[in-house]
Amino acid sequence: MAFELNGKTYETDEEGYLVNLSDWNEDVAKYLAQQEGVNLTDAHWEVINFLRDYYNEFQIAPAVRVLTKAIGKKLGPEKGNSQYLYELFPYGPAKQACKIAGLPKPTGCV
Amino acid sequence: MLHIVNKSPYDRPALNSVLATAEGGTILLIEDGVFAAVKGGAEEAKVKAAMAKFKFYALQSDLEARGMADRVIDGVTVTDYAGFVDLVAEHKTCQSWL
Amino acid sequence: MTTKKFMMVNRKAPYGTIYAWEALEVVLIAAAFEQDVSLAFLDDGVYQLKKGHNTKAIETKAFEKTWGALEDYDITKLYVAQESLAERGLTADDLAVPVEVLSRAEIGKLMEEQDVILSF
Repeated sequence: MAFELNGKTYETDEEGYLVNLSDWNEDVAKYLAQQEGVNLTDAHWEVINFLRDYYNEFQIAPAVRVLTKAIGKKLGPEKGNSQYLYELFPYGPAKQACKIAGLPKPTGCV
Repeated sequence: MLHIVNKSPYDRPALNSVLATAEGGTILLIEDGVFAAVKGGAEEAKVKAAMAKFKFYALQSDLEARGMADRVIDGVTVTDYAGFVDLVAEHKTCQSWL
Repeated sequence: MTTKKFMMVNRKAPYGTIYAWEALEVVLIAAAFEQDVSLAFLDDGVYQLKKGHNTKAIETKAFEKTWGALEDYDITKLYVAQESLAERGLTADDLAVPVEVLSRAEIGKLMEEQDVILSF
């Protein structure tokens, strides 16, 4: 599968995740968010950037439990809880946020 | 526990790894692992010595396929696929030394 | 959910085969289901933990970095066979993460205590 944006074609898997991590940029994120029905705010970007940093450091997208804990550690307990994250990404912070962040689906996410 | 070995002892150290790690238990030789169950080779003495601590089984169909069914070391039990299943079921856990 | 003791037994070097990466994926899945997970590294499996992998030229993910994430998954039980390290001229200082170095026999005993063993 694929989509087109600003004259460039982006390859995705059958679930809509970017195939090539290096294809990602902010416009792609905005497009993917729009497809998910998510209106990106600063709070969303904070999580997206966190995920991209996490991936760069550890080479994996974290499972939701791990994401929650790690965000709490870095951004504070008011953000490191599943309620806050699900408000931002209703279809699952790990799954949906990873897709928008251009990362693969977290291992252990069904 | 049950240890399954599917590599020839003349090619890979999988069987050695079992013997160096486990205190005892059951060893099932399958695929190229059955060469460890064959008489007359350099590995025979090691297998015989290990019989003090381990119960050895070898899969009949893999011995037959390799023309080795008639020269199995005494004390190694030859078993069929049903016996393989029973062995797995009888043991709480199973490690395949791939 | 019932918690079981899972041990992944890693005996293969990284990159040459897919075993090492598959094991790591299974570890992450088991941990996501909050199981009691431990990892044992024997034989060529100890090469997985060597620090300083640079896989750029072979265009493969350097999952050495991922060991650092295991703590986030509450996986802290990494057992490495002393004999396997020594045979390969390695010590615990060569490894990417802190581990517990045990004799093969000690790892063998831990294997006997598991509910589930997954072999890689």
